[in-house]
Amino acid sequence: MLELALKGDKKYWGWVIALLAVIGVAFAVYLKQLDFGLGITGMSRDVSWGFYIAQFTFLVGVAAGGVMVVLPRYLHDYKAFGRITILGEFLAIAAVVMCLLFIIADLGQPMRAFNVILYPTPGSVLFWDMIVLNGYLLLNIVIGWNVLEAERNNIHYAKWVKPLIITSIIWAPAIHTVTAFLYCGLPGRGFWMTAILAPRFLASAFAAGPALLILLCLIIRKVTKFDPGKEQIQSLAKIVTYAIIINVFFLLCEVFVVFYSRIPSHMSHMQYLFAGLHGHGALVPWMWTSMTLMATSIVLLVIPAARKNESILAFTCVILFIGTWIDKGMGMISGGFVPNPLHHVTEYMPTLPEILITLGVYATGLLILTILFKVAVGVKEEVGGLKDSCESC
Amino acid sequence: MGNSRRSFLKVAGITALGIGTNPVLDVFASSGGNGAEPKSEVSQNEESLTAKRWGMVIDTRKFHSAEDLDPIIEACHKIHNVPELTEPRHKIMWLWGDEYKHVFTHREHELINDRIKHLPFLVLCNHCEKPACVRACPTKATFKRDDGIVLMDFHRCIGCRFCMAACPYGSRSFNFRDPRPFIKEENKEFPTRMKGVVEKCNFCAERLAVGKMPACVEASNGAITVGDLDDSESEVRELLRTNYTIRRKPDLGAGPSVYYIV
Amino acid sequence: MYDKNKIVTGLVIFVAIVTFPFWYNLGKAIPAPEPKLSEKAKAAKECVVPKVDMKSEHMQILDLWRDTVVRDANRVYKTGKGKTFNMSLSTGEDSCTGCHDNKAEFCDKCHNYASVDPYCWDCHIAPKEKKPEENK
Repeated sequence: MLELALKGDKKYWGWVIALLAVIGVAFAVYLKQLDFGLGITGMSRDVSWGFYIAQFTFLVGVAAGGVMVVLPRYLHDYKAFGRITILGEFLAIAAVVMCLLFIIADLGQPMRAFNVILYPTPGSVLFWDMIVLNGYLLLNIVIGWNVLEAERNNIHYAKWVKPLIITSIIWAPAIHTVTAFLYCGLPGRGFWMTAILAPRFLASAFAAGPALLILLCLIIRKVTKFDPGKEQIQSLAKIVTYAIIINVFFLLCEVFVVFYSRIPSHMSHMQYLFAGLHGHGALVPWMWTSMTLMATSIVLLVIPAARKNESILAFTCVILFIGTWIDKGMGMISGGFVPNPLHHVTEYMPTLPEILITLGVYATGLLILTILFKVAVGVKEEVGGLKDSCESC
Repeated sequence: MGNSRRSFLKVAGITALGIGTNPVLDVFASSGGNGAEPKSEVSQNEESLTAKRWGMVIDTRKFHSAEDLDPIIEACHKIHNVPELTEPRHKIMWLWGDEYKHVFTHREHELINDRIKHLPFLVLCNHCEKPACVRACPTKATFKRDDGIVLMDFHRCIGCRFCMAACPYGSRSFNFRDPRPFIKEENKEFPTRMKGVVEKCNFCAERLAVGKMPACVEASNGAITVGDLDDSESEVRELLRTNYTIRRKPDLGAGPSVYYIV
Repeated sequence: MYDKNKIVTGLVIFVAIVTFPFWYNLGKAIPAPEPKLSEKAKAAKECVVPKVDMKSEHMQILDLWRDTVVRDANRVYKTGKGKTFNMSLSTGEDSCTGCHDNKAEFCDKCHNYASVDPYCWDCHIAPKEKKPEENK
């Protein structure tokens, strides 16, 4: 089926070549990082995780968000989603690959990464993270490929795929819960040590993932002959609405707990993020932008007329994605490390090489997404995807 | 045509598996080895200092200013080839000094007495009984020895820095770049580290192994005492019995082994 | 054949890449080197294990040593013949580099020939060519 990705018009190839160019530049910068060390990033002794891990944390959510198409289709027989489950699964593949690339990019000794398998340590959450991420990647590759191949040949997919699909539905929240457990079990980091961290991760995942999927569906409808469907997009929009409301509600719960109790060591992290601490406040404008974007997106999603208007919906999804990205991708990491365990403030801002490598990983993910979506759309165009061609799925 | 390609792949796969098991069987077959020679054995040095549970007591009454801490810090850093990085973000510290309100964040208050307020306290890895860093490490590159010392295996560390996130005391440093250009005087008796690994105080395990006291103890002029917390007759236990001591963030349950006499 | 030009071009590039080690190193073949033993090593007559075993297994021995020292706190190695060594690559008189104190003549000779680049020396301080001024 991959040959479907080799046939495309000038715009398609132009896009692929642009992505390859970005990847090329980023790879060169990564070689510099391998040679010099992680010192070319903005990370420090106090803020020892930065942009790379932040992107990994955010993208695990996007990967898990793919389950929001699969779950209604297979657990609740919502046949309409049958048309786009493949898009959710392929988005998950691209997102998990980006997660793994970000982790590799962040390692100080990446050539020793195999040590995690050679010396398994079940007591370490990072060990389980490695297992669940790779497992989810494998699941989605196997499921996605088989279901798509079956659709192309106009038959039902093999029986053994169904239990894998059910597994992936359970596995998806698992990958993000394990990622949350990386943070919320650390005794010295008060900002992360909250039981609501895993639920909050899931809520923002189920908002950001489907929001991105809506945008991708709208793009696909515009540049290909396959139409994911108005009903499908609206259903996704309803899921996003509830998820983002729950996410912001959880955030407000955290704010209340911290500021009503007035415990200084708990307040200091939120203070740093939203008001600045000891004269350091680089993230303050970012955090308030994120809050504004998320609040605005809630308003635009709750109003039915705005949600049903696909142009407004597209705008809403964009600002929601950016808002949740800032909240999870930038705020969460810095907030945990600042102030440090000795209550000193060391700020963190990514450097140019760090941003270039990040863009390279995103470009890699986009490339994988482009290829996979091209294959999926190619199959659907072949089969005539106007109707839900797999009725007995 | 379709069937024969499939059967070809099946045969090729099984053949590859068969060829692949040969080296595995070889390893099992050869583990008998040269049985004629007497076996070699490993052991500890005769002079090595041992303990059931190493601990440290720092008598802060013997310090008066930051200058008192400098020679101790210098002794530790020099002997272990700890680099002196100019970029503050990349600083590597095994042992350093900080004020009471930063070291003891859980018990500081504005109206603390004058002596404590301006006194610098020595900060280092606490070699906890229940180290969060050991739990976090995915490769056991950081591990707790039976005698209580929390050590780094620099050969195994992948530089993921999960241990740095886990440590509630901020005791760990990462080599953001090659440390060698920043080591003023190399101590040839101890390796340096390379870029990309995490490091911290190692309780001078290499000195204990040859019967010497940790470098900070020797340089402290009696202010720092190291010994076996499980031996009720040890000097550290005597100090703990007769003086009021505090530890950093005790409520976190990590069980730090460094005690401060205030 | 279909797509003849693309296939032949691809094939040429593939063959060029796969045979790269051969034509890049043309004319650089040399006979296998003999590492030079220092005076101290010659005087000691035998290493941790016989020379033949050392040659094929020194990597495994060092691997075992580093785990035993770092993780188990055992630093003394007694061979079957009763000789003791300090299980260290670079620390002290009875470590590896205590006897084999010329890295270029001993270690590097074979490593360079075999194109092997062990990262030991990133951390372990290799013995300098001249005598060190002070010895702790």
